[in-house]
Amino acid sequence: MSNPSHAARFRADLLPVLGAATALLATMAIAAALLALGGHSPGIAFGALVRGAFGSWHNFVSVTLVQTTPLLLTGLAVALAFKARVWNIGAEGQLHAGALAGVAVAVSLPLSSSLLLLPATLLAAAAAGALWAAVPAAMKTRMGVGEVITTLLMNFVALFLAQFLVQGPLRESRGALPQTDAIPAGAELPVLIPGFRLHLGFLIGILIAVALWLYLSRTAGGFRIRAVGASPRAAEVSGRFRTGPVIWRAFLASGAIAGMAGWIQVSGITRRMYEGLSPGWGYTAIAVALLARLHPLAAVLTAIVFGALSAGGAAMQREAGVPDAWVRGIEALVILAVLAVDRGLQAFSDRTARGETRRRAQTGTASGLA
Amino acid sequence: MSDLAVLSSFLVSAVGLAVPLALAALGETVSQRAGVINIGLEGSVIWGALGGALGSLAGGGYAGLLAGALTGAAAAFIFAAFAVRLNTDQIITGTAVTIGSLGFTGAVYQSRFGATGVALELETLPVWEVPLLSRIPVIGPALFDQELTAYLVYVMVPLLAWFLFRTRWGLALRAAGESPEAAHAAGVPVVRTRMLAAVFAGAMAGLAGAHLSLAHTGTFTENMSAGKGFIAIAVVVLGRWRPAGILAAALFFGGAEALQFTLQAVDADLPYPLFLALPYVLSLAALAGWFGRSRAPEGLALPWPRRGH
Repeated sequence: MSNPSHAARFRADLLPVLGAATALLATMAIAAALLALGGHSPGIAFGALVRGAFGSWHNFVSVTLVQTTPLLLTGLAVALAFKARVWNIGAEGQLHAGALAGVAVAVSLPLSSSLLLLPATLLAAAAAGALWAAVPAAMKTRMGVGEVITTLLMNFVALFLAQFLVQGPLRESRGALPQTDAIPAGAELPVLIPGFRLHLGFLIGILIAVALWLYLSRTAGGFRIRAVGASPRAAEVSGRFRTGPVIWRAFLASGAIAGMAGWIQVSGITRRMYEGLSPGWGYTAIAVALLARLHPLAAVLTAIVFGALSAGGAAMQREAGVPDAWVRGIEALVILAVLAVDRGLQAFSDRTARGETRRRAQTGTASGLA
Repeated sequence: MSDLAVLSSFLVSAVGLAVPLALAALGETVSQRAGVINIGLEGSVIWGALGGALGSLAGGGYAGLLAGALTGAAAAFIFAAFAVRLNTDQIITGTAVTIGSLGFTGAVYQSRFGATGVALELETLPVWEVPLLSRIPVIGPALFDQELTAYLVYVMVPLLAWFLFRTRWGLALRAAGESPEAAHAAGVPVVRTRMLAAVFAGAMAGLAGAHLSLAHTGTFTENMSAGKGFIAIAVVVLGRWRPAGILAAALFFGGAEALQFTLQAVDADLPYPLFLALPYVLSLAALAGWFGRSRAPEGLALPWPRRGH
C-alpha cells in the first residue's frame, strides 16, 4: 500500500458508520422476526412506522423532530458522560429535576419578558439537573460508590418528587388535576416554523451538539475527558492532571444538559409539568448515544432515528395494532446490536493490528513506533 | 387498632415486601461473587412477574412460580450471553436488558390481554401457616404465616452461605469474581462459572417477580417491578455480599416500604409520594456507607478475558 496511514484513517472513519448501519439492520431483522412471532405483519407494522415518522411534512417536523428534541438533548448528556466513562444512567431523573426547576421559576418569578424569563428558566433547569447529578458524582469521587446504581436510584427519587410537587406545593391553582399551572407566555419557547409545532429547543439541541463536538475535539478540557474515558488509570498515573475534577465536570455538564431537556419539553410543548412527562427519554438516550458512538454530531442523526421510532411507534399502534411497548423493546435491541457489532469490529481490528505489527517486525520498523 | 396489632400488621407487610428483595438479592450476590454485576436484574424481575402471571393462568400458582423462575433465567441468559460470553460491557448490557424487558413484557401483556382491559385477576399463592410457630405473639404471623416464597428465602440463606463459603464450587465461584486470572490459572472455567452464576441470579429474580404478581397483588401490570431489581442490587451492597447480611438488609428495606402503608393507615393526609421515595433514598444512603462499608469482589464488572490482550 502506498499510503497506509491514509487507508487506516479512512477505515477508522468508515468502520463506525458501517457498524452502526449493521446494528440497525440487524435490529430491524430481529424486530421483524419478533413481530411476526407476535402475530403482527412486519410489513404492515414497518409501513405504518415509516409513514407515521416521515409520511408528510407535518409528521416529520411536528411529530418526529418534536420527539427528537428531548432525545437529542438527553442523548448528548449521556454521550458526554460516557465519553469520560461516567455511566450516567440518570438522565431521566435529571430531566425531571430540570423540568420542575424551570416550571417553578417560570410560575413564581414576576417576569414577563421572554428575554429574561427564558434564560432564567433554562439556567434553573440546568442547575437542577446538575444538582441531581452532583449526588452520584460526590458518591463516586468521595466514597467510591459506582454511579450506575446511584444514578438509577436518583431517577426514582426524582419521579416521586415530581409526583409529590405536582400533587402538592406546585399543584395548579384550580386544584383540579395533579399538574402545575400553565407557564406564562414569556416562558414559552417560540416555534421555529409558523404552522409547525417544532420549537426553538431543537435548535438549542443542535447548538449544544456542535459546541460539545468542538469542546471534545479542540480543547484541553475535552482532551482530558477523552483521556479519562480511554483509561482512567493511565490518566491518573500520567500525573498531568487529576481525574476527580474531570469526572465532576462530566457529571455536572451531563446533568445540566439533561435538566435543560426536561424544561425545554415543558416550555416548548406541554406548557405544564405533570406526572409522566417523559416516556423514558433518559433511557432511550443511552441508545441514542451508543448508536452515535458517543459522537455529538452523529447524535443528531441517531436522535432523529429514535425520534422517528417513537413517532412511528404511535402510528404503528394506531394503524397496525402493534402495542407501543414494542418501541422500547426495539430500542434495547439496538443497544445490544451495537454492543455485539462493536465486539466484532474490535476482534477484527485486533487481528489486523496484530498482522500489521508482524509485518513491521518482519521489515524491522516496529521498534519504538508502535 | 391496638399498638401491638399495628406493629404486628406492619411486620407482616414488611416481611412480605422483603421477600422479593431477598430472593433477587440472594441471586445477585452469587452473580456478583462470580464477578458479574447484572443491572438487567430488573429485567428478570419483570419477566418473572409476567411469566408468573401466565404460568398461573395455565397451571395455578406453583406453575406460576416455576414459569417466573424460568423466564427470569431466560432474560439473564441473554444478558450473560452478551456480557460474559461476548464480553460486552456489563453495565450497558444490563441496562439494555432492563429496557428491553420492560418493553417486551409490556408488548406481550398488551397483545395477550389488550391495552386497557380490566385488571388481570390471578389466583394468588396460598399462605402456609406453620403450626405453633405462627402463634408466637407479634413476630409469629410475620415470619411463619407467609407464602412459599418466604420459606424459600429462609432455606436459601443458610444454603447459599454454605455453598459460597464451605464448598469447592463456592470457592471456585468466588475466585472467578475476585481474580479471574488466578482462577483461570487454577483451572476454573471462568466464563462458564460466570454464565451459570448470572443465570441463577436471573432465576431468583424471576421468582421475586412471580412473587410480585402472585403473592402481593394477584395481577400483572406493566412496569410493576418498579425498580425492585435496582433496590435488590443496593441490598447486596448493604448486605455485604453475604446471605445473612442480605436477609437483614432486605428486611430493612421491606420495613421502609411497609412504613408507607402503616403510616397511611394512621394518617391519610401524609404525602404518600415522599414515602414511596423512601426505599430509594435509603438505598442511596446505604450505598453511601451510612450503615458501614464493605468491599466488593475485586473483579466485579471487569471484562474477562481482559480486552486487548
